Amino acid sequence: MTVGDTPTRTSAPGDAPTGSVSGTPQQRDRARTIFEKGAPGRRAFVCPEIDVPAVDPEQLLPARYRRARAPRLPEVSEPEIVRHYVGISKRNFDLDSGFYPLGSCTMKHNPRLHERAAALPGHARLHPLQDPARAQGALELMWRLQGALAEIAGLPHVSLQPSAGSHGELAGLLLTRAYHESRDETHRRKVLTPDTSHGTNPATVTMAGLEVVKLATDAHGGIDLDDLRAHADADVACLMLTNPNTLGVFDPNIETIAQIVHEAGATLYYDGANLNAVMGVSRPGDMGFDIVHFNLHKSFTQPHGGGGPGSGPIAVSERIAPFLPTPIVVRREQEQINGVAPTPASVFDLDFGAQGEGPGSRTIGRLRGFHGNYGCFVRAYAYIRSLGADGLKDASETAVLNANYLLARLREPDAHPPVAEYLPLAYGELCMHEFVLSGGPMKRELKLKTLDLAKRLLDFGFHPPTVYFPLLVEEALMVEPTETETRETLDAFAEAIASILREAATDGPEVAQNAPYTTPVRRLDEVAAAKRPVIRQELA
Amino acid sequence: MLATIGVGSVQELFDRQIPAGVRLGRALDLPDGMGEQDVYAHLRELASRNVSAEDELSFLGAGMYDHYVPALIDMLMERSEFLTPYTPYQPEISQGGLQVMFEYQTAICELTGLPVANASVYEGPSAVAAAGYLAKLHNGRGRLVVSAGMHPHSIQTLRTLAHGYGMSVVEVPLIDGVTDLDAWTEAIDGDTSAAIFAQPNFYGAVEDAAALSAAAKSAAGEQGRAPVVVAQVDPIALGVLAAPGECGVDVAVGEGQPLGNRLDFGGPSFGFFAAREEYLRRMPGRIAGETVDVDGRRGFVLTLQTREQHIRREKATSNICTSQALNALAGVVYLAWLGRRGLVELGELLLARTHYAREALTALEGVEALHSQPVIRELAVRLDADVAAVKARCAQAGVNPGVDIHALTGREPDRGGLLVALTERRSRADIDRLATVLGAAVAAARREAVPA
Repeated sequence: MTVGDTPTRTSAPGDAPTGSVSGTPQQRDRARTIFEKGAPGRRAFVCPEIDVPAVDPEQLLPARYRRARAPRLPEVSEPEIVRHYVGISKRNFDLDSGFYPLGSCTMKHNPRLHERAAALPGHARLHPLQDPARAQGALELMWRLQGALAEIAGLPHVSLQPSAGSHGELAGLLLTRAYHESRDETHRRKVLTPDTSHGTNPATVTMAGLEVVKLATDAHGGIDLDDLRAHADADVACLMLTNPNTLGVFDPNIETIAQIVHEAGATLYYDGANLNAVMGVSRPGDMGFDIVHFNLHKSFTQPHGGGGPGSGPIAVSERIAPFLPTPIVVRREQEQINGVAPTPASVFDLDFGAQGEGPGSRTIGRLRGFHGNYGCFVRAYAYIRSLGADGLKDASETAVLNANYLLARLREPDAHPPVAEYLPLAYGELCMHEFVLSGGPMKRELKLKTLDLAKRLLDFGFHPPTVYFPLLVEEALMVEPTETETRETLDAFAEAIASILREAATDGPEVAQNAPYTTPVRRLDEVAAAKRPVIRQELA
Repeated sequence: MLATIGVGSVQELFDRQIPAGVRLGRALDLPDGMGEQDVYAHLRELASRNVSAEDELSFLGAGMYDHYVPALIDMLMERSEFLTPYTPYQPEISQGGLQVMFEYQTAICELTGLPVANASVYEGPSAVAAAGYLAKLHNGRGRLVVSAGMHPHSIQTLRTLAHGYGMSVVEVPLIDGVTDLDAWTEAIDGDTSAAIFAQPNFYGAVEDAAALSAAAKSAAGEQGRAPVVVAQVDPIALGVLAAPGECGVDVAVGEGQPLGNRLDFGGPSFGFFAAREEYLRRMPGRIAGETVDVDGRRGFVLTLQTREQHIRREKATSNICTSQALNALAGVVYLAWLGRRGLVELGELLLARTHYAREALTALEGVEALHSQPVIRELAVRLDADVAAVKARCAQAGVNPGVDIHALTGREPDRGGLLVALTERRSRADIDRLATVLGAAVAAARREAVPA
């Protein structure tokens, strides 16, 4: 289907396709799992012959340690595996196929160069416990990435270890705790989080053994300064902030906020989910933040993989650096021997913070196995080297331009129907790289919930925006177009929104209420799924 | 576009929204951008300065293993439809990814012999820490008893995160390579939230999992105070080893890398997480479930989301947002590729080769077994020589003999310890070559160490 065309319904609402007689070919094809395919004896893997002398099985492994029954894995041939997974892959929508304006997720184009580079055997088949002297290329890459992230954050020290944004947040709060504990201020247990924050923020606070204190949002979408002052007492450990925040608003009072928090003796944590708005434009370190986490998979364009993997490095200020997780990659200058310059002049190494007062010297410890998601580092580093300083800034500028253009298209004064009246901007006039609309008026006047709009967008070939977040906006719709979309795509999306509203105004809300029609399955019964969970196949 | 917005320049968009005091006002101090061919050349040059498992005969393991990854996994992971979407927030257009999660959960339940599994977590050691948090949510107690046979990274990660969620970690020592059952029983009391061991353990030894579980459950004394028994298991070994579910284990976690994932210098991979039914609603992470659509068609959704951070916020069972979907895809495809018989055959092959390697290496002068327990895919020996010096000599012959155990654990009794890992890619001829090279290297290192 061409993006932007009004999709033809496969049947009238209420007269939906049933099973085998109608519907799209995919809809007629009942989903079968890999466990329901194949036949006894089929296989793909050919195991090497046992090439060592036979030994009594009991001597190899006593029977009491042995498995009573082999796992009932599928019995399928290679062609069956390929056809099965290629077949079900086609039941996915993906970024390479269409517009994916999922707010706060930064679904920008994933260059294939990164996949090719990461697959080089020197990266892909490098064992994490290879001696550092024999992994110099990998360590140099990590060291250079640490440096680039430090410069982008405006903070001096970096740990690449956290596995995802949520893991970076946990690292950040454990660092905050360690910092306060080092100053004998263990009573600092409150973490201030705005009511617009991502759910990971409060969840992380609890996992770090701290307490959530919610902060109100002011009329402009920023932090309510009076509420902040009222809570900024001697028990506060940290303020966690996303800036621009989840409303797409850059907090105009950020300097005052930083001053209040620092005067209260607390740390300031930057959730980097929205860094794509400000790369090369404004730096969290310069705003006064002590700890920043990056989402390499967002700002530095990793493929999102259907939900992982990601990578969540952190950058920190000098006062936090001694507590960083270890190991950290360092460059050591080689000493001259008898006046002769060594070759190479420097070597890269893993530092466990055992010496001195430097980064990691009073480490909180390890957050995971090995050194972090190196495969993601290769991709992020390739991206940074491809774009360079100017390119990163250009990416952020274009992301902000695209978001404002799409917002403007959705607010055209003489539009028919009047989109801006049904879907007003929740806060402000302009936006950063994303914006939040409220579907409240649409729900009241057209009987169309944000969910209905989202589901109807599926029939137009678009991934819907993030819906029902942030929580304080009624029927929220959070749109992040990113810098890699063309004006034509943004226009087509704006027109799709307008035509769905027009359809509802003209034909009534039922069309959207029963959408989607053209997807491999239609609306699914999530309540039944949760009430009586079936989370694995029953096997014969 | 600017006219539509009603501003004169892109700069104006920033000037009107970002206070002057926090604008950077200079270019980032980073190199200029490069064309694709130049970036590729640079990354290839960096790769060339790494010695990968492609470049040497490698016996490195200790949590990540150089198994063969079938070509069809590369092909499937590179497909746009799996590579480029995000978490399946819109199930109608995410059935492919959701069905993969459902199949993956089924495969993990089969491997572990446990009835419920999530759609994966970050990786192995943090999965252990996540199991500790599950135990705290389950029984509210404050102690975690762990076997010293756990991977050092697992123990270190658990300590870091347990400090956060307010639990203490008590280590139980080993005897002859396996958990000291008496010390284990003694360490577990009524305040013990979870008792955690590894199977096989870090030293390659097969633990008596059933005995450890049973002892943990009776050690707590009074009824109802039994701890959550957690095992970190190697998924490849589960072709021949008794399943955790058969051994009284409540929660089984582990590193998924051996299942069709690259080494990638340590990540990304995935962690698997399976449990008994009663822990389902305390599980971390995403879970896919089966349901039907409005027309009665079979379909899949994310389910039991009321555990999760985006709904429960500070009361969530974990802060984790997504699974490791792409890596878990590789995991389930790998298991389908191995198949019902292949996993068992692979386990038997590794068992035979690891036994053979232990015999071959301990026959060498200056090399002895670190313990006498059964080994299944990895073995530990003690060298009567400096391990780093021996490794350097082996490297000159193109052999990486394994992991320096003391360098990882820091435990004094582990000095001289070498951990040698086998996969189906290391043949008998390779093992014989290892024995020759290691024997010569140990002999040379011992000669060198003798004072002149």
